[in-house]
Amino acid sequence: MTTKTSAYKHSLIPQNPGWLPRTFRFAAWLGWQIESNWADPFVFAIYSVIKPISSAAILVVMYSVITKGAFENPVFPYIYLGNAFYIYVGAIMAGISWAVIEDREHYRMLKYMYIAPLHYPTYLLGRGVARFLTGSISVFITIAFGVLFLNVPLNIYAADWGLFFVSLGLGVLMLGFMGLLLGSITMVIVNHVWFLGEAVAGALFLFSGAIFPLEVLPAWLRPVGYAMPLTYWLELMRRALIGDVARAFPTLAGFSNMELIGILLATTAVIGLAAFLTYRYCDYRARELGYIDRVTNY
Amino acid sequence: MQQAIFTKKLSRIYKLRGGKKTEPKELIALKDVDLEVKQGELFGLLGPNGAGKTTLIKILTTLLAPSSGEAWVAGHNLSTDPDRVRPLINMVSGGESSGYGLLTVRENLWMFAQFYGIPSQVANQRIKDLLEVVGLGDRLNTKSSDLSTGLRQKMNIVRGFLTDPEVLFLDEPTLGLDVGASRDVRRFIRSWVDQNEGKTLLLTTHYMVEADELCDRVAIINNGQVLACDTPARLKRDLQKDAIFRMEVSPLNGAGAGVFERLSGVRKVTHEAKDGSSTLEFILAEEDALGAVVNTMTQQDIHILNLQKREPTLEDVFVSLTGKSMAEVEKSGD
Repeated sequence: MTTKTSAYKHSLIPQNPGWLPRTFRFAAWLGWQIESNWADPFVFAIYSVIKPISSAAILVVMYSVITKGAFENPVFPYIYLGNAFYIYVGAIMAGISWAVIEDREHYRMLKYMYIAPLHYPTYLLGRGVARFLTGSISVFITIAFGVLFLNVPLNIYAADWGLFFVSLGLGVLMLGFMGLLLGSITMVIVNHVWFLGEAVAGALFLFSGAIFPLEVLPAWLRPVGYAMPLTYWLELMRRALIGDVARAFPTLAGFSNMELIGILLATTAVIGLAAFLTYRYCDYRARELGYIDRVTNY
Repeated sequence: MQQAIFTKKLSRIYKLRGGKKTEPKELIALKDVDLEVKQGELFGLLGPNGAGKTTLIKILTTLLAPSSGEAWVAGHNLSTDPDRVRPLINMVSGGESSGYGLLTVRENLWMFAQFYGIPSQVANQRIKDLLEVVGLGDRLNTKSSDLSTGLRQKMNIVRGFLTDPEVLFLDEPTLGLDVGASRDVRRFIRSWVDQNEGKTLLLTTHYMVEADELCDRVAIINNGQVLACDTPARLKRDLQKDAIFRMEVSPLNGAGAGVFERLSGVRKVTHEAKDGSSTLEFILAEEDALGAVVNTMTQQDIHILNLQKREPTLEDVFVSLTGKSMAEVEKSGD
């Protein structure tokens, strides 16, 4: 007669609190080494400039063709800034889930990280720090390019920097939680997992009001956008930098900045809770399925 | 003496998905494994590939959940307290080239030490000392992607010892290493256990010599079950009353090894064909049975090219327990 084993009881909060800062710090260090060491510094610098400008250029050309060059229309800065800040979504959210794939398939170190006395959710969040930093370079270059060459109406003296940094901090936290959610799901998928991060980032692009107001969506799809913290975050980031122009669209015009921060805070908390609970379940399932060290060579 | 590892009816069943129209199959990787490893022991798990050794290590290192049964490592229950187990253990898997290739050898090792909370200065000194021991002292600042597979394996072995674990799991640590490097690693493993009282090391291997040379006790495992567990000397002692012969003969000409198994006094026979000849290993209940074996060979027109009597090895113990050599088990996939 064998004893049926219950689910491994895995604490979300580590028994040794010293694990948290240590895990975060060295995961961030590792992430930065990986992000910054893959190429010669000169090549890395070129890549950092060309990639965001190329991405923005595609959008600008499309906008120019469709609107016949109406760059003075408030739609343009709305789209341009939404697109610029969306770089963070791909960088942080998809980047964190990518860390699971990289560690498991490429470096084959996931199992060693997993059995080390570190807090794995914190490790994943730490790995996102480097993505945030490299993403910030891209966001800065994209916005600077827009201001210098495309007349994006950003006045650095008029911008609400307090709102900007509060929103940025909350947004990064929210994207970190979304990354943890996606990373957790990645742990229980072994085949065809490579495209998950990008696919989710691409899908959310449609519903977050990044490049068009939610009113453009069919009525039955709009609730998806309203339920997502990304929508409120992008609105806050636009308002912080270009103020009234960002309010030109009806989507969230009825909300004050404080109300938007409150909604962002609440939805971030919900996403955070969902991320940790999902991690807890996926961690258990991954161990049950034997996926922690599964290498597919796909 | 305290137990470093204790398992109670530990089982693991994998569900293997078949094609779209076929039902998933179940593979029993471990079946009701009861194991006790004492603190301070160098314990070996010996068995062919696919026997369940790695599955057992994965469960004991918290990587894999068992299907049923319970296990304790360093006094903590794996089901309820994995977070208490992890700071006390470490693991190295052989035959793989894991590691962050963008980092240098020192950076790879230092980072791990940091995750275990080892002060930087202590970590750096340990890294230096351990790399010297395994002959990697001059590769401290080499990117690990520039190391050969064997050298990367050595780096990973250092990673295992670096954190000074209470219980260290080494899964086929010398797999893929050349003869000299394997010898160095074995020597280091033995000295680490000898010099660090109370530290426990569980080693899996399918190399008989490695288990025989290194381990205080050995568990022989096959098809997910522990068949025997004792010191290498005691395991072999039971066979010492038997006579073990190794014969190199001309090809068996269609006659299988089964013809010998039916002879009186023949306990086990294994057969391996190679390069135009056959190697037969006989475990005989008594030496006198050799006469009948030789007569049968003459009748079958099989010529003896070489005949040796030898002392029993752990391979013979495995054969006596399973009826097959480890190579035969691996080939047949049993």
